[in-house]
Amino acid sequence: MTDTSFVRHDMLAEQAPPATSVGLLGWLRKNLFSGWVNTVLTVISLGLIAFVLAGLLPWVFQSVWVADSLSECREVMAATWGETHGHACWAVIRERWPQLMFGFYPSEMYWRPILAFVLLLTAVAPVLFPGAPRQLLYISAAYPFLMPWLLWGGTIWGPVLVAAGLAIGFFTHKYLEPLAGGLAALVAAVVAAVIWWLFLMGPISGVLDSVLPIGIESVVSRNFGGFMLSIMIGVVAIGVSLPIGIILALGRQSDLLIVKALCIGFIEFIRGVPLITLLFVASTLLNIFMPPGTNFDIILRVIIMVTLFASAYMAEVIRGGLAALPRGQYEGADSLGLDYWQAQRLIIMPQALKISIPGIVSTFIGVFKDTTLVSIIGLLDPLGLAQGIRANAEWNGVYWELFAFIAFLFFIFCFSMSRYSMYLERRLRTDHK
Amino acid sequence: MAEHSHETMVDRAIDRSHMQVSDEIAIQITNMNKWYGSFHVLRDIDLTVNRGERIVICGPSGSGKSTLIRCINRLEEHQQGQIVVDGTELTSDLKNVDKVRSEVGMVFQHFNLFPHLTVLENCTLAPIWVRKEPKKEADQVAMEYLEKVKIPEQALKYPGQLSGGQQQRVAIARSLCMKPRIMLFDEPTSALDPEMIKEVLDTMISLAEEGMTMLVVTHEMGFARQVANRVIFMDQGQIVEQNEPEGFFNNPKSDRTQLFLSQILGH
Ligand SMILES: Nc1ncnc2c1ncn2[C@@H]1O[C@H](COP(=O)(O)OP(=O)(O)OP(=O)(O)O)[C@@H](O)[C@H]1O
Ligand SMILES: [Mg+2]
Repeated sequence: MTDTSFVRHDMLAEQAPPATSVGLLGWLRKNLFSGWVNTVLTVISLGLIAFVLAGLLPWVFQSVWVADSLSECREVMAATWGETHGHACWAVIRERWPQLMFGFYPSEMYWRPILAFVLLLTAVAPVLFPGAPRQLLYISAAYPFLMPWLLWGGTIWGPVLVAAGLAIGFFTHKYLEPLAGGLAALVAAVVAAVIWWLFLMGPISGVLDSVLPIGIESVVSRNFGGFMLSIMIGVVAIGVSLPIGIILALGRQSDLLIVKALCIGFIEFIRGVPLITLLFVASTLLNIFMPPGTNFDIILRVIIMVTLFASAYMAEVIRGGLAALPRGQYEGADSLGLDYWQAQRLIIMPQALKISIPGIVSTFIGVFKDTTLVSIIGLLDPLGLAQGIRANAEWNGVYWELFAFIAFLFFIFCFSMSRYSMYLERRLRTDHK
Repeated sequence: MAEHSHETMVDRAIDRSHMQVSDEIAIQITNMNKWYGSFHVLRDIDLTVNRGERIVICGPSGSGKSTLIRCINRLEEHQQGQIVVDGTELTSDLKNVDKVRSEVGMVFQHFNLFPHLTVLENCTLAPIWVRKEPKKEADQVAMEYLEKVKIPEQALKYPGQLSGGQQQRVAIARSLCMKPRIMLFDEPTSALDPEMIKEVLDTMISLAEEGMTMLVVTHEMGFARQVANRVIFMDQGQIVEQNEPEGFFNNPKSDRTQLFLSQILGH
């Protein structure tokens, strides 16, 4: 009986933990040498890493930066390090990097894509980071009209009138809604805007331009290329596919049979077809359906195809997020009297999108990398340019350097997106589990 | 469980002075039928609820209690008969549905709070977006109701940081912020640990004392005895018996009711 009873009279003082369990030593012990299996694995891995780096680092850093051709590169290498092949010839990047960045965009106008890129960063900042100044949202709103104008140039009236189309749609809806009801007003608004864009905008722009010619020199799509092209296609596809994906995902869950069938049909068709096929359709077939004489820009066609492709995937990712929401969330929203769109916007989508962040960002990354496929239909993205550069007499035979450089830049973009997604997930976590 | 609720009830005298029932009709259900596919879940329901009435609905699992009260704010659609809430008939007309939903508050077994919004935002969401109240006003009203359910200090937390009982009280406050004329409760305490049941029931009692029209699906028979002025027993989609609590518990008429009561009161 008394054996089991125990009372502590003097409390133990706090002691420092043993040196082997804290600090660097403790960390090493715990993570790398916690047992003999772990120790062996650690040693083998370190050996492997050392082996790869021993080959790679000299190649990257004992390299030639100044030369006019591959043969000159090789001469320099032979003179410096002897007849070994383990050295990179970065001179090709140094000589061709404007091209890798901008394609055949006129060099005296490089400031335009650069400005477009800087504006892109300022436009996305308030969307991505809550700490960014809210005033930047004006740039975000203007950016979709500003970006094409900066890149393609031409009269300022183009983007202004495109924006005016949105305003026309908006006001049509606003004034018709009390008279004709929501759906009719929406249809009328879309029709009015489309008529404006397709038929009225062109002539009016011409008139305005002759009265008040403000504009910058135009650049044809043929000259677009390099990372500028990849980023442009990627950014538009990413930015537009998210809202379209949301609409498609909602449509797929809709009770309206026709809407549902259309959405399912679209999603399944696009997902069932390789992107390359869609790009070929964009580059050749689409012209057949166009009225003769219309000049539908090839880059625009490609952007549309990539966007549709991304939207179908996005829709499925978001549908997954929607399916993960308990039915009680819908019922909670309904029982408070929120209508369908309010419930979607305030309750359902914020949660469904949050759940889908990893999938959405994966899709974004996939789309951005898939932009390299446009080289197959002859657009000069970095890979297409690499092909061209190697076909050149001076750089014939350069191989790894170009691809390593392209891979490195893509990695920076994709890795940033991946890190951002993790930051976002952390920021939006409210379940505190 | 039943024993426990007896205990929780007796420690407080109930002020019945406000709990008068008026002649005005709050809910009128006539000849209502509902099917899930070919399964006839609600059969010939006739029910009139006067303003200020507190009705407890009980019955075995699967008897259609939830379905019935969910029909009242059209979370479920009925196929036959008529449901008129506050003078508005529930039809496929969405305008009517939204009107009824904004007048009728509902509290769920699993709270259905919005986890991505703070407690305060949960409460102000509908007043701001449905009633178009200015945010400041909505905040003020929400704080009043949070005070009333005794958790004003949790206003800026997220629902995930609260206990079950606190979450359910937030859910009640959220409904009250819409100033509903009728409150529906679907087993509001069934997902809670015993020690949290009391705090939720207390909140509901004080609502009853203020004269709120309430329909409560619950197995808390202590609550029914003390607060209800009518108890309805459902089985197999039908109203089998209804009576004021004294008569219902002490002198059940139908065999089914007797069987149910003997099971739930644990004799
Ligand atoms: N969405 C649905 N589809 C088909 N059948 C359903 C659906 N919802 C409920 N049911 C069935 O309808 C019947 C009544 O369900 P209800 O949820 O109203 O019962 P309840 O009385 O609330 O039971 P409990 O006490 O378990 O909550 C049950 O048999 C149930 O299986
Ligand atoms: Mg139920």
